[in-house]
Amino acid sequence: MKRFATIVALVVAVAAQGASAQTLKAVKDRGMLNCGANGTLAGFGLPDAQGKWTGLDVDFCRAIAAAVLNDPDKVKFVPLSAKDRFTALQSGEVDVLARNTTWTSSRDTSLGLNFTGVNYYDGQGFMVRTALKVNSALELNGAAICVQQGTTTELNLADYFAASKMQLKTVTFATANEAVKAYDAGRCDAYTTDASALYAERLRVANPGDHIILPEIISKEPLGPAVRHGDDQWFDVVKWTLFAMIDAEELNISSKTLDEAMKSANPEIKRFVGTEGNFGEQLGLTKDWAARIIKLVGNYGESFERNVGQSSPLKIERGLNKLWNKGGIQYAPPIR
Amino acid sequence: MSSEISALSRPAQVVFYNDPKFRSIAYQFVLCAVVGFLVYGATRNAIDNLARAQIASGFGFWNTTAGFDISQTLIEYSARGSTYGRAFWVGLLNTLLVAGLGIIFATILGFIVGISRLSSNWLLSKVAGGYVETIRNLPLLLQLLFWYNAVLKALPDIRESIVVGGAFLNNRGLFLPEPIFKSGFGAVAITALVGIAGSIAFFLWARKRQERTGQQAPVFWVTLALVLGLPLAVFALAGFPLGFDFPKAGRFNIAGGVEVLPEFAALLFGLSVYTAAFIAEVVRAGILAVSRGQSEAAYSLGLRPGPTLRLIVVPQAMRVIIPPLTSQYLNLTKNSSLAVAIGYPDLVQVFTGTVLNQTGQAVEVVAITMLVYLVISLTTSLLMNIYNSRMALSER
Repeated sequence: MKRFATIVALVVAVAAQGASAQTLKAVKDRGMLNCGANGTLAGFGLPDAQGKWTGLDVDFCRAIAAAVLNDPDKVKFVPLSAKDRFTALQSGEVDVLARNTTWTSSRDTSLGLNFTGVNYYDGQGFMVRTALKVNSALELNGAAICVQQGTTTELNLADYFAASKMQLKTVTFATANEAVKAYDAGRCDAYTTDASALYAERLRVANPGDHIILPEIISKEPLGPAVRHGDDQWFDVVKWTLFAMIDAEELNISSKTLDEAMKSANPEIKRFVGTEGNFGEQLGLTKDWAARIIKLVGNYGESFERNVGQSSPLKIERGLNKLWNKGGIQYAPPIR
Repeated sequence: MSSEISALSRPAQVVFYNDPKFRSIAYQFVLCAVVGFLVYGATRNAIDNLARAQIASGFGFWNTTAGFDISQTLIEYSARGSTYGRAFWVGLLNTLLVAGLGIIFATILGFIVGISRLSSNWLLSKVAGGYVETIRNLPLLLQLLFWYNAVLKALPDIRESIVVGGAFLNNRGLFLPEPIFKSGFGAVAITALVGIAGSIAFFLWARKRQERTGQQAPVFWVTLALVLGLPLAVFALAGFPLGFDFPKAGRFNIAGGVEVLPEFAALLFGLSVYTAAFIAEVVRAGILAVSRGQSEAAYSLGLRPGPTLRLIVVPQAMRVIIPPLTSQYLNLTKNSSLAVAIGYPDLVQVFTGTVLNQTGQAVEVVAITMLVYLVISLTTSLLMNIYNSRMALSER
């Protein structure tokens, strides 16, 4: 019913509302950032028992709030299912969508969205029961596969099986929760989604030890935050928040070393923390916008480690998400 | 003085805007204009805002390749070769299938429960009462989730399927042998149709004769012979021209045969059971609305309880039953959209779910879906109204 309400909200919004391009001003006036998040995916967006949200995407929204409002807790997280997320962003229910969303051309163009970068390079994989004795996704001919609706996963799955000339039986569910539950109940042989999420979902099935994740990665899933099309100023703020987190890791500025960085003589670091130049003001923020992000949330590497990396229950290798100079492909334009 | 009298005798001279006739037309005109302007303004605004936000609009997506799979397709459909338009039809047919079967099962079950509740058998009426009160007072969504999980949890894994006469039952569904018609089966089908037509003719003849003479004919046995006996005889004569494609257990799934998905079974069962509870109450109300004197008169004429119910009470009760029954049919059809919660690919799940998400065209997709439900509901109402006018008391 929530979904229907969102759709009605969209229809009403597009029918009645004028254009509202000033998201940055709206967020500052409101004193609160509305962030569309996952809500059920450990490592990316999940509230804990006390209602405190954690995750890579959650940290990203906190970073925006730190840069704009100087308080990482001034974020209202709106949990969204895969199929409602774009409608919620289009209708203005959220200011930014940080919900492990794959960047594709059609989403960037016809949905009226702008993706601001990639905060996690992912790919689609499969989880199966160990008892099936399957070692490769190519052995899944004829298998029933549970999948979440409204995802690129749903499309890649059909592509992959068609390309490999295999039969498949898709069972589609509205939310990841329902899909995993049905898989766990034996309705499907395999569950498919982005590999990062497979590690998270495996922790939720009855006996995690009875399930393995197959080695094949069948697609490119660049996950990134998105904003509404047509508000370039807000687009810049969100985009550069992500770049600042990545640049900070490259410059070795972390929440622990920020105090030293503030006194640094290195011109690159001075520009970053705002002791030189006025790059923050060009964005419509304050000079120390990037320093606030690092002080209040941390750099990209810190966020990765605590949410999905070795210091989290997921223990995902950084792989492609290492910095470009460490063997990965995370790369951000310089602040100057 | 005389002029005053003539003024009174002339028709009243009122200013035109005080004329009630003019006023009522003017009010209606203004109302129409306001509503028309609001609709126009909202549409115009929506189009402008969609264009400004660069959200695609229009119905061009209809012929675009869908690219996703659907678990139950009554018509040919493939992810790579079919369009969003095709996906729409697949979803619509799935909705119609579950709603159509649901209406049939709910009606049968509802009538049985409704009549049982009025039975003089204490146990029977209390069981029926308990059923109605329990089912009617629990939310349908909860019941569907319960049935779905009950179905899945109760059934064995695919490798430990229950096999009965070539049919497999497991947590992937029910796999039945698919009949394959060989040459000569056409004759059997034709005989069956002839048998059905013959039994209807016999039934009408028997009813006429009973109305005229009071004599009863063995309708049941003649119908049985015509509908079942005749085709079976031809079937045997033609040398049993029917084969079966038995499902075979593969590595993961069961191939071949006809497949009934657990999602479909749970939804159909849940909807039928839920709506039947309401229909039972409608039926009970209808029967109670027929005055007690009617059945007493029938008994005093020597009719047994069965014929009394069939010939006297139910025809009169139907007049009370049909209008609320129509609403229950409409409710069942609309409630079938709860399929989305248990993964059954109905219209809402496929079209306002995946298609809406992939295309992002909420306005168009939701408008089409609402139009479809409106058409289904209005058609159901129309058919039931025709039936109602046939059943209504013909006043003399």
